[in-house]
Amino acid sequence: MPRYLLTRLWQSAITLILASIVVFVGVRQLPGDAALAMAGEEASPERLAEIRMQLGLDQPLVGQYATFVGNMLRGDFGASTRTGTPVTELVAATLPVTLWLAAYALIVAIFVGVMLGVLAERFRGRWPEWIANGLALIGLSVPNFWLGILAILYLAVTLRLFPASGYTPMGQDPLGSIRSLTLPAIILGTSLAAVIMRQTRASMIETMKTDYVRTARAKGLGSGRVLFRYGLRNSLIVVVTIVGLQLGGLISGAVVTERIFALPGFGKLTLDAVFTRDYPVIQAVVLIITVGYILINLAVDVLYSVINPRIRVGGGS
Amino acid sequence: MDQVAHLAIRGLEVRFGDNPEPVLHGVDLELRRGERVAIVGQSGSGKSTIIGAILGLLPGDGRVTAGSIMLGSQELVGAAEKTLRGIRGARIGLVPQDPSSNLNPAMKVGAQIADALHAHGIRGRAEIARRVTALMTEAGIPDAARRSGQFPHEFSGGMRQRVLIAIALAREPELLIADEPTSALDVTVQRQILNHLQTLVESRGTSLLFITHDLGVAADRTDRIIVMLDGRIVEVGTPEEILGNPQHEYTRRLVAAAPTVTSTPRLPAESRDAQSEPILIVKDLVKEFKIRGQRGSILRAVNTVSFEIARGSTTAVVGESGSGKTTVARIILGLEEATSGTALVDGLSITASRGAARHALRRRVQPVFQDPYGSLDPTSSIERLIDEPLRIFRVGDRAARRVRVAELLDAVALPRAIAQRRPNELSGGQRQRVAIARALALDPELLILDEAVSALDVLVQDQILTLLMDLQSRLGLSYLFITHDLAVVRQIANNVVVMRQGTVVENDTVDEVFLAPRAEYTRDLLGAIPGAAFAR
Repeated sequence: MPRYLLTRLWQSAITLILASIVVFVGVRQLPGDAALAMAGEEASPERLAEIRMQLGLDQPLVGQYATFVGNMLRGDFGASTRTGTPVTELVAATLPVTLWLAAYALIVAIFVGVMLGVLAERFRGRWPEWIANGLALIGLSVPNFWLGILAILYLAVTLRLFPASGYTPMGQDPLGSIRSLTLPAIILGTSLAAVIMRQTRASMIETMKTDYVRTARAKGLGSGRVLFRYGLRNSLIVVVTIVGLQLGGLISGAVVTERIFALPGFGKLTLDAVFTRDYPVIQAVVLIITVGYILINLAVDVLYSVINPRIRVGGGS
Repeated sequence: MDQVAHLAIRGLEVRFGDNPEPVLHGVDLELRRGERVAIVGQSGSGKSTIIGAILGLLPGDGRVTAGSIMLGSQELVGAAEKTLRGIRGARIGLVPQDPSSNLNPAMKVGAQIADALHAHGIRGRAEIARRVTALMTEAGIPDAARRSGQFPHEFSGGMRQRVLIAIALAREPELLIADEPTSALDVTVQRQILNHLQTLVESRGTSLLFITHDLGVAADRTDRIIVMLDGRIVEVGTPEEILGNPQHEYTRRLVAAAPTVTSTPRLPAESRDAQSEPILIVKDLVKEFKIRGQRGSILRAVNTVSFEIARGSTTAVVGESGSGKTTVARIILGLEEATSGTALVDGLSITASRGAARHALRRRVQPVFQDPYGSLDPTSSIERLIDEPLRIFRVGDRAARRVRVAELLDAVALPRAIAQRRPNELSGGQRQRVAIARALALDPELLILDEAVSALDVLVQDQILTLLMDLQSRLGLSYLFITHDLAVVRQIANNVVVMRQGTVVENDTVDEVFLAPRAEYTRDLLGAIPGAAFAR
């Protein structure tokens, strides 16, 4: 197991280096000029050259990259070219919002998806399955900005169950914070919940037909124990893989969701940065998302080996 | 032994879905307390359906539509789920068929045995742990305390079956149902497990309902044999009656077809040791595999193996799982590269030759594999499957190939009309005939038959063996017959190579091997073949 982890960490490091190169080169290939964006259309050539020098844009690419990596390793991502605020501060302010949102959405999606999936299997060919299938279809096919608008209209404006927009920081008022994130989390988690439901249902149908489930029933076990210890446990192996693959969608979905609910999150920071060609912010944001992806994949792999003992390499006995 | 019926089944009828034809047509069966009864029949005869009905665990939309099942004074047909739950495990234990699929892969075996105890109200960590260890030890698993913390994939097939036996016996049930408990295991393991099961059952006075397709096993292990065919019981009797004086026509065929140690060879004595020049020479063959995850450790799957096959004869390679017999076959077919040594067909090696020579050599050696379900592409028609080798080797035009397919279907005694059907419309025996027809398409000289009849019911197996013998005499084919089943070997082979853990332990004519085995291991294998009752 430790060796397996080491290999995975090593692979992750290589991915990270490659990603940093792609980000660095990619950002510089974007149409538009950061110096121009900063100085305004009317700026004189001298003023532009001065800004370029400040930003280090006049140096050769390799030199720029070296500086970029060196600064990054010291935790210095530079400052926003638009506001002058250090990028680390911007990230520190916005990242927690998005992490809370994504985690909340994930929990909602797993809970609702697995529950509906199990329900659909238990009541195959009867109304609970039809309802679960119908919900999954809606969750997958209706765009989440539309769902978001509906939710704001009915749940926030008409019924006043949740705030329609805005964010209460976790540190200030935990309950209020959860309340402010509930609607966005439900909207963000909807399509993931639908995918999880379908996977769980399909996987459960297969698992409940296996010989070991029959053997478990032949032991005289109650249906609940058979369902959870034998059925769901093996079905989750498939579900975990799917969740891992879909988490990326959760991050990009957060960008849209944050906009609908006016949350001061990472997604909003990303969008603003892209629109204003704020190089340092874009670089940091993309790198952080990359690291996020890598960590998620690592976590999924580790989780996988916990659920499925056959994956554990060289360990166990 | 008291004579009151312990399990009494009357007029049992089971249907699946809307199918008007029942799977069981009014089955009557009685089992006395402490009695051991075998149900024998081929696949699809309904023997496993009886178990499902008894336990209330019929698969899918199966249901009992008539009749009754009494366990003592308790009616099981239509009983509430709660009642059945109290009976399963506690009063009726089940040893299922396939040890590889009947244990939860994501759960430690100890916990799976503990579940059986838990289901019937035994609580307390220490108490359960103590009982689990005791049960495993009793089932013949060494080092039980440690092994209870392992997962099923860390156990061999035989050990898994012991775990399943421990589960079945956990609550000391009064009736044990064993559903083909050893058909997936090697003969020597099978013998150990059956001996052990027998000891446990006898010491507890448990009644035993034993389901098997193997008449030999049934005769060796039980007091009474019930023969089933197409959902009906066609004959009931003691092993002596069934083997010595079978009444029903089906039973007679079954007894005649059952391969045993004493089966008479089908080859005439003079052709059995006819020695012509060899078509295949295997010399000092070695194949090593690196073991994944353990740097530097190497598994020698095939260890300096040498043997020959004389043209027009059959050499059987016999061994249990892991003996390396299939690896040898793969090397001869050129599917695997030997680490050292040679396998020469007419003096040429498939792996060493290249281009046109290799192509030509491939035509002369063709395989038939074990699983007729897995080795035929389900989306292709039979015609396409059989003419595929012809297309690959660009033999003839369309019309000529069509004629050839018809000839081949004739050769394996399949109706020509079958050409447009697909594999899933055929029975296992028909599929294996298709696989043989495909192997014959290119007029090969050597057929590699890798467990080619092992997955078939006895009667079908018998037909396929007849077909193979007939083809051999007509076409002068040579066979490399790979099997774990010595009883079949006796009927068809000229020479026998016995392999164990990668090495050849015996290599001789079939008569020598059966009548005067030299290696201890061969004697073991021969002794383990079920059906000693046939000899009586």
